[in-house]
Amino acid sequence: MSQTEQLSYIAGQAADARLNLELETDGMVINLGPQHPATHGTLRLVARLEGEEVVEAEPIMGYMHRGYEKLAEVRTYLQVTALINRIDWLGSFANEVPFILGAEQLMEIEVPDRARWIRTLLFELSRIANISLFLGEMGLQLGAVTPAFFAFRDREFVLNQIEQVTGGRFHPNFDRIGGLKDDLPAGWIAETKSVMKRMRTFCDEIEDLLVGNEVFETRMRGIGVIPAEVGLSYGLSGANIRASGVDWDLRRDEPVGLVYDQLDWKVWTHPDGDSFARYWVRVQEVREATKMVEQILDGLPSGPIMAKVPRIIKVPKGEAYIQTENPLGAMGYYIISKGDLTPFRLKIRSASFNNISITPWLLKGTLVPDIITILGSLYFILGDIDR
Amino acid sequence: MIFAVDLLLRDSIGLVEVGIVLLKVGVAFVLLLLGVMLMIWFERKFISDMQNRIGPNLAGPFGIFQTLADGIKLFFKEDQVPAKADPLVFRLAPYLALVPAFLIFTVVPIGGDFSGGGDGTVTWWGRQTFLQVADPPIGFLIILAMSSMAVYGVLLAGWASGSKYPLFSAIRVSAQMVSYEVALGLSFASVLLMSKSFSTHDIVLSQGGYEWNLWMTGLVPFFIFLLAVTAEMNRPPFDLVEAEQELVGGFHTEYSSLRFALFYLAEFMNVITMSGVIVTLFLGGPEGPEPFPLPGWLWGIFWFCLKMVVFLAVFVWFRATLPRFRYDQLMNLGWKLLIPLSLVWFLALATLQVSDNRDWNDFIVLASIFGGFVLVGLLLKRALKTAAHNPDPDLSAPATAENNVEENAGRNTENNFDIENLKEKDLGGKN
Amino acid sequence: METAVFIVAAIITVLSAFGVILAKNPVHSVLMLMATLFAIAVLFVAQDAHFLAAVQIIVYAGAIVVLFLFVVMLLGVDLAENLRVEPIGGQRPLAIGATVATAVLTILLIIVAASDSSKPESGDLAGITQETGNTGVANLGRVIFTDYVWAFEIIAALLTIGVIGAVLLTRRAKQQEVEEEVVEKEGGQL
Repeated sequence: MSQTEQLSYIAGQAADARLNLELETDGMVINLGPQHPATHGTLRLVARLEGEEVVEAEPIMGYMHRGYEKLAEVRTYLQVTALINRIDWLGSFANEVPFILGAEQLMEIEVPDRARWIRTLLFELSRIANISLFLGEMGLQLGAVTPAFFAFRDREFVLNQIEQVTGGRFHPNFDRIGGLKDDLPAGWIAETKSVMKRMRTFCDEIEDLLVGNEVFETRMRGIGVIPAEVGLSYGLSGANIRASGVDWDLRRDEPVGLVYDQLDWKVWTHPDGDSFARYWVRVQEVREATKMVEQILDGLPSGPIMAKVPRIIKVPKGEAYIQTENPLGAMGYYIISKGDLTPFRLKIRSASFNNISITPWLLKGTLVPDIITILGSLYFILGDIDR
Repeated sequence: MIFAVDLLLRDSIGLVEVGIVLLKVGVAFVLLLLGVMLMIWFERKFISDMQNRIGPNLAGPFGIFQTLADGIKLFFKEDQVPAKADPLVFRLAPYLALVPAFLIFTVVPIGGDFSGGGDGTVTWWGRQTFLQVADPPIGFLIILAMSSMAVYGVLLAGWASGSKYPLFSAIRVSAQMVSYEVALGLSFASVLLMSKSFSTHDIVLSQGGYEWNLWMTGLVPFFIFLLAVTAEMNRPPFDLVEAEQELVGGFHTEYSSLRFALFYLAEFMNVITMSGVIVTLFLGGPEGPEPFPLPGWLWGIFWFCLKMVVFLAVFVWFRATLPRFRYDQLMNLGWKLLIPLSLVWFLALATLQVSDNRDWNDFIVLASIFGGFVLVGLLLKRALKTAAHNPDPDLSAPATAENNVEENAGRNTENNFDIENLKEKDLGGKN
Repeated sequence: METAVFIVAAIITVLSAFGVILAKNPVHSVLMLMATLFAIAVLFVAQDAHFLAAVQIIVYAGAIVVLFLFVVMLLGVDLAENLRVEPIGGQRPLAIGATVATAVLTILLIIVAASDSSKPESGDLAGITQETGNTGVANLGRVIFTDYVWAFEIIAALLTIGVIGAVLLTRRAKQQEVEEEVVEKEGGQL
């Protein structure tokens, strides 16, 4: 090869390299949130994009951190329930239960049967109130507005029932160490049964509107697939892990203090692990919960609703960890008591925190619209992430 | 020089003629603005009925003045131009969105006596004229041209905002509208084949005697047109451009005050004009029965409005029920289903016309059309399969612009193949 | 009337055409180009070439300029070009020279044409316009699909080939393949 040829080849290579350098485009970094219509609450998601494809995404939390773990250390056990009501604000009663159960375990109190049944009842009612809203909201995330309004409409009936018992529509603050604050009001049982029928109709409506909708299916199926091992390694719980085919439900597997072992019900799982599976499992869970509520209403034992507890509650020295299957997943409280009026340390394991920890793994390589689908289908509540 | 073939302008143009034209322009303008006002109210009211809400009910009877109140509110809001925006283009964009919507309406005949062999003229002050602002010989193409112009408003607004979400919106809109333009044009072509004229007035005239294009073209072009129009207008379920959950507000995220109102106005005006276009092209325009005598043109307007309201309701219904498509799914629907289907349908219609003209054997013609459908379908399926199994990761990835072009290119060759078949048949007929 | 339309449209055409080359911001240039195309469409209408005007808007303003805009937007107009550095040496003097030469040629041609009193030959196209009824679209179609059918088909095939070629050229090969290719090439060269 002559020298000129060599030189021209080198020059050509250099020109190519220059061109490539010029045409190299940086990815775009977008901030979804903390103020964004698709993040219910103040979750911030920083995503680096290549076109519409997500190269990297990271959830940044803490915009709503309220320090409940620390606040609980200067409050009596009775006051702590008022705080932790606000962790998962859509299924508030369910937040109280594991904490109270933990305290009862430390105090070694035997709770009356009726109280345990009513606890389970309210627990399931708050699950219905919580997840039914998700069922509508998922449509809203994908651009179908109407299901959300249906969900708000029918959830209201459940909230009314909760309010009639507890006096609080959103934050009941009803669970006490040793039992419950009050008994059920008169005529409540029949009314609740009709509400449960209504909720089942709502599930049917949602299945008609969304689950059977082709657009909805194409948006949900195969999007955000979580294999079971990956889900378990990230500590996913609740419907998110059951949708990946893991048959794990604390209600059945660790029925501490509640009466799930005396009811006839089924744990639904789905083999696919995609967004659609997560949605489907939750629809079935609402159905199952309505059936459970009806069974509880039928089999409610009579008796007192409060055990004998001292007027001033001092939890004896010790440690306890109790977790229950909350609407969003496994929720647990680790209570360390030094025998004072207040817990010495309270660690809250909330489901959403773990559930969204998978997002960096899950969002890699997806498209921008799928971010919304995946975040929506993982179903988190900001209070449950930030506490 | 011919500006239009309207009867009004055939003869000498005097003061009365100019007056009539100005009157028509004014009436069309006011009608559209009023229509938008009512349309926004209608949409909100209708959708709130579907969603167990009450909707606007305070401003005026049944809340009918709600839009007016909103407009006044927006008018008095602060008009902001973001620091990073391109001020000139940012200010220009809302008008670019609005003007095409107006212009499309000018060629839509909104009334006239088309039933019983009427030619749709009305007589005002001794002058015969049509009930449309203009009837250019290429009215049909004006609709196409203006709907392709509508992309600029969104594109430039998205770019000029100097912000990320609007830019995303701009990128999406350019691809979406340019590709659905093709489906729109191809389903248009079927209508053209039946009506044999570009003039909207002639199209309505050719559908006289209830030979509406809706069934004369065999329903398929109508549905393709409806879908393509929905995508062109960026209405749900194709509203990726302003997808609130993804892109906050899309192209109008940074807009406020009157400019935002203009975008809103343009969107709803597009809904109205496009409903009008659908009625004109497929449903015989103002044609309809006349149960009792009124001046003929009044019945025309009545039927036109009735048909239009049906489509307005359909668009609202779409919005209330359907989730949004994803970007690549939208492209797949457009390029892999709507465009080939409308192309093949157009060829089939053309074959039928030719065979009618030349008295070919109906059975053979239908059989060969059916065979052509099957052939194209199989080829298409094969092409999609090949594309799906291609080891190149770029193809299995969500559709990009290049992939779409390639899909289209593949399809073109198939259809060229079909055209050759047709020509052979044609020659066979001659010999 | 026709003169008035011509003058207005021509002024817009020329001014916006200057705008295309003078605007600093490429997006503004593209907008100016759009204005030019529109004004030319108006000139077409004034010449009774309705179809041509419509196609001009649909194809050029509606599709091609959108793509221009798209590309300009994507490549990022925020990067100000350094006008001091000339990518191709001597292009400015060359451009000025070419412009002057073209202008001189045009003026010369106009002078020659004006001095030639005989009318331009009325070829096929003139015949077509005379046949035309209202629109000319039907005649246009007839001419394209009979007399010029070969040209039409060849152009169609050419465009299709162009599209396929563009796709093949722009499709990103796998990173590995590229590297292998580079290695092969360099091995052969060195």
